[in-house]
Amino acid sequence: MALQSLDITRRSATTTPAPSVRQTTEVAKLIDVSACIGCKACQAACMEWNDIRDEIGTCHGVYDNPMDLTAKSWTVMRYAEVEQDGRLEWLIRKDGCMHCADPGCLKACPAPGAILQYANGIVDFHEEHCIGCGYCITGCPFNIPRLSKEDGKAYKCSLCSDRVAVGQAPACIKACPTGALQFGAKEQMKHYAEERIHDLQSRGYQKAGLYDPPGVGGTHVMYVLHHADQPELYSRLPNDPGISPLVSLWKGVAKPLATLALAGVALGSLFHYVTKGPNEVSKELEDELEKEDAK
Amino acid sequence: MTNHWVDIKNADLVMVMGGNAAEAHPCGFKWVIEAKKHRGAKLVVVDPRFTRSASVSDYYAPIRSGSDIAFLGGVIHYLLSNDKIHHDYVKRFTNAAFLIDAGFKFEDGFFSGYNAEKRNYAKDTWKYQLDSDGYAKIDETLQDPNCVFQLMKQHYSRYTPELVSKVTGTPKDRFLKVCEMIAETAAPDKTMTICYALGWTQHSVGSQNIRTMAMVQLLLGNMGMAGGGINALRGHSNVQGITDMCLYSEVLPGYLSAPTDADKTRDAYLAARTPKALRPNQMNFPQNFPKWFTSLQKAWYGNAATKDNDFCYDWLPKKDAGYDVLAIFERMYQGKMDGFVCQGFNPLAAVPNKRKVGEALAKLKYLVIIDPLVTDTSEFWKPHGEFNEADPAKIQTEVFRLPCNLFAEETGSYTNSGRVVQWHWQAAEGPGESISDTEVVARLFQKIKAMYQKEGGKLPEPILNLTWPYRIPAKPSPEELLMEISGKALGDVFDPKDATKVIAKAGEQLAGFAQLRDDGSTTCGNWIYGGVWSQAGNLSARRDNSDPSGLGQTLNWGFAWPANRRILYNRASCDPSGKPWDPRRAVIKWTGKAWGGNDVPDMRPDAAPDEGVMPFIMTPEGVARLFAPAMAEGPFPEHYEPFETPLDKNPFHPENPKALNNPVTRIYKGDSEAFGKAADFPYVGTTYRLVEHYHYWTKHATINAVLQPEQFVEIGEELAKEKGIVAGDKVKVRSSRGFIKAVAVVTKRIKALDVDGRKVHTVGIPIHWGFKGVAKPGFIANTLTPFVGDANSQTPEFKAFLVNIEKV
Amino acid sequence: MQVTRRQFFRVCAAGMGSSSVVLMGFSPGNALAEVREFKLTKATETRNTCPYCSVACGVLIYSLGDKSKNAQSRIFHIEGDPDNPVNRGTLCPKGAGLLDMVQSPNRLKFPEVREPGSTEWKRISWDDAMARIAKHMKTDRDANLIEKNADGVTVNRWNTFGFLASSAASNEPGYLTVKTLRALGVVALDTQARI
Repeated sequence: MALQSLDITRRSATTTPAPSVRQTTEVAKLIDVSACIGCKACQAACMEWNDIRDEIGTCHGVYDNPMDLTAKSWTVMRYAEVEQDGRLEWLIRKDGCMHCADPGCLKACPAPGAILQYANGIVDFHEEHCIGCGYCITGCPFNIPRLSKEDGKAYKCSLCSDRVAVGQAPACIKACPTGALQFGAKEQMKHYAEERIHDLQSRGYQKAGLYDPPGVGGTHVMYVLHHADQPELYSRLPNDPGISPLVSLWKGVAKPLATLALAGVALGSLFHYVTKGPNEVSKELEDELEKEDAK
Repeated sequence: MTNHWVDIKNADLVMVMGGNAAEAHPCGFKWVIEAKKHRGAKLVVVDPRFTRSASVSDYYAPIRSGSDIAFLGGVIHYLLSNDKIHHDYVKRFTNAAFLIDAGFKFEDGFFSGYNAEKRNYAKDTWKYQLDSDGYAKIDETLQDPNCVFQLMKQHYSRYTPELVSKVTGTPKDRFLKVCEMIAETAAPDKTMTICYALGWTQHSVGSQNIRTMAMVQLLLGNMGMAGGGINALRGHSNVQGITDMCLYSEVLPGYLSAPTDADKTRDAYLAARTPKALRPNQMNFPQNFPKWFTSLQKAWYGNAATKDNDFCYDWLPKKDAGYDVLAIFERMYQGKMDGFVCQGFNPLAAVPNKRKVGEALAKLKYLVIIDPLVTDTSEFWKPHGEFNEADPAKIQTEVFRLPCNLFAEETGSYTNSGRVVQWHWQAAEGPGESISDTEVVARLFQKIKAMYQKEGGKLPEPILNLTWPYRIPAKPSPEELLMEISGKALGDVFDPKDATKVIAKAGEQLAGFAQLRDDGSTTCGNWIYGGVWSQAGNLSARRDNSDPSGLGQTLNWGFAWPANRRILYNRASCDPSGKPWDPRRAVIKWTGKAWGGNDVPDMRPDAAPDEGVMPFIMTPEGVARLFAPAMAEGPFPEHYEPFETPLDKNPFHPENPKALNNPVTRIYKGDSEAFGKAADFPYVGTTYRLVEHYHYWTKHATINAVLQPEQFVEIGEELAKEKGIVAGDKVKVRSSRGFIKAVAVVTKRIKALDVDGRKVHTVGIPIHWGFKGVAKPGFIANTLTPFVGDANSQTPEFKAFLVNIEKV
Repeated sequence: MQVTRRQFFRVCAAGMGSSSVVLMGFSPGNALAEVREFKLTKATETRNTCPYCSVACGVLIYSLGDKSKNAQSRIFHIEGDPDNPVNRGTLCPKGAGLLDMVQSPNRLKFPEVREPGSTEWKRISWDDAMARIAKHMKTDRDANLIEKNADGVTVNRWNTFGFLASSAASNEPGYLTVKTLRALGVVALDTQARI
């Protein structure tokens, strides 16, 4: 294989070790919530650059729109009105893939090469290899990937790996009008975050801090929070995220067992697979199970 | 803006009031965040809603929409009674020391000279006392009871924190906290910038809202300073440029006030517009008016314009009345208009009282729409369900719809809010048969001209003689036009100090407006743009963004009018001796021989400080006006209620029912009857923009439709509870002019306010929706708004009116 | 940790799609891993200004083709111009979505007329449109231009015709518009700036 523009360190469902001689700068996106005005420029730039357009929805009585991440909305703003000690705050958080150092999605993914982690820290989905099982969703401690209804494949933020590969910042970060989004080496980002935290503390936010959760080995998308002691205030940002126990099960006991057990099932459903694709198989199987469960 | 976008980063305090910069100007708002990050600046937001600007503020205070003068008058009271003003600045650079006519009075809500029948003022007492030389008298001690300072102090003595809180609904402690923050910038080395927009202009007292803030900035000494100024964050990309070109009835390009029936001759016209200095040694820059006007006449009528025929003065139409957009639609509504053109303008959505606008359009013989997109106005005759009920069979208007290009499909210049003219280049052809705005106008004019040439007709001369030196007559190039706007020498132009010295040869582009002449030897389409295309070429296309001062001045990026000056009145950034008030942010300084520094000085370059030439060169008195007789409703701003108010009396003048609203506002018959009363419509409605959308354009853009797909209104939790409305419910909002239906957003960000002993709720109404677009179809928000405007500018009162709301 | 039977099968089923099919000999071949190609590499870049608000952000417009004779430019991406001192490459949600306004399905493509009383639009040529509008305007002006007011003062105004000007047009068409309208005697002229 030719040299990639970005070196790969991990590849889903693959045991061959990755080349690791070259040294790549570890990158990160820093989301400074205290400078974010919730303008959704990041959402717009993401759709525009990645050639995706989500459905034109409806208003649900809040500013959020689209209401949740979808296969066509890889980032969304989440708005929370919080009143504490008589002070109103509108805490607005850009939600999307955190690009974990220890990515639960990649660990959970059974399709070889569908999820990659590059040496610079980006976790990328390669949909042409995705089988649509949705296990990355279960594996993700932040509930980020979404299956497309159109092609049955999982999608999420790529941190604009195509832009980063040629030395450009991701589209959302370039667009961000107030500089709430910053991009650079992870080390630089931590340093920048320190300055911001210092400024916030001087303005009375004693608990300001950096969100770079150790439960997933740290992330390549980090937050500066005014209330780092209460991440759940920011539309339920997990307090201490970790990889789901189910993923450990899959990686540990279940995988060899399952391969054996399912070889037989696969024979029977092969024709179905060839014509309709794997998503249908798993759904059919699930329906069967549901019937059984109901008995 | 007196300053510019990047300069906001130089502020110590940023005040956002009468606007919502984070949502309406996010990329400009970046410089607010930069000021916070790098200067430790504070951001204070005063708004009826806790906006996205407020979400990143250091301090927020709520206010009832329509009570800004009460708030800011209270700030003036605070500054004066706590002695938090920049004394030297106020004494030397404003008219605080000027003596006013002894007959000047303010009683019972009215200034002296009020005529209730005509709804206007005779201003004969609103004037300076003059000495025998015709100069204004001053009292430098500021003690004379008739000096501006004392009159101002007396006027605002009524604006106590208690009364301010009672009128505005702002809790007293919050109001005082904001005052304290503002007062800190009275120090000579501290500045506050104010970012406002339509939240101040769209009121029946809009101009006075802004003036009150200008007075605050003068008292604090913040005008002319880096990080200071009065900064109107303007609307469209080229709203500044189109205003400068004066596509409105009162003025000709460069803000030259247009002739009226009173200006019978050119001499009379010029005399009325060429003031004499009101203090010794002042620049009195408007004394150059005849040079600007004559050069414009030469630009338009070329060789036909001679001294002997008054440079074709009579060919310019004279104005007999107001022809602002409200007046135009009133005329149309009365059946006095035959034809109408909307060029990139969607009045059915953008003008108050949609029903009236629709009925007015239906009375036209012909309507021409020039636009890149399908506008609601272009289909005013077409039924679109309850969003637009119309009967085409009854509408006899002939409607033409002409496709024109967008920014990406043409070359030309835009002038941003900071007065910087920037050139842009065409990237692609427009779709289908669309052509540029220039080509539409040129082709239409050429067609009309050919008809007059062939058939004759009424007064063909101005049409046949209009200069048209463009190589392709049906398609003048942007380069040709900008050169004409900038100005050139028709004959040799000589140095006024040395008549033998030629400073511009015949045929050359002029370096700036200082080279314009009133003898017909120069031509200039817009004097304030003088020099944008000099012999050095197109300066608006310059792209050197170097910033040696670190202040963000970027003097070699584009071209800022006037004269590439980035901060207006920058002479006021120095003390009278020419030293910067704040050396760390020096804009300019006196070097001993000349003014120089980090900007183009707003001062005669060799005017030594001891000559006493004052910084406000556009006034005949050389100083800024705390007392401004030009304003229609009084030289000092006074609080009046909106035309639709939840109060039954003006708390400042409870005994005078006639002082409830602006006493000099123009109101048409029928519109006053259509004002709603608080008994039927108890809540304050206010319209505004959302960050996800741009007016009525982005409803045609899928990305923006995804981000905010459907029309909604915002109400506070308390009102929602009273009305049994929960978030996501469909609600109907009614005013006395009509109704809209929308989804309810219920929020903690809008609070009920305690106003004059009663609870006042606000209903927030984003605009942006209509019946044409890729977003979900919606109602036109201006179905609800009243057809009444500001007494000076006639900007409609979109920001404060009365509504009711119910669950559908 | 508790895993239900159903969860266990879900885990297994998820794995089946790939591993079991590969087991059967249906390998998708060597899985190439390459990031998406950077789409702007050889696109034509043009400097322009965002037409929305008065921050007037610098934008870079990317279009297909290199302006060679046979390649028709088609704008496919717009992002901020990092050189512009005000926006420094950033854009708001409107600016970041500019492409969708340029390529909106609601762009007007040819002149149309709606005849009096009609319920529909009819496509016409530019020449027809210009001739008809010019005729309307001349008839109107010849009938209604006021040359002198009641006091006999020359006023030369035509106030039965009105014009609302765009605030998004460039300075050059703006100037040409005011120049031609004043020559025609128009006084009922206003702009978006008012409101």
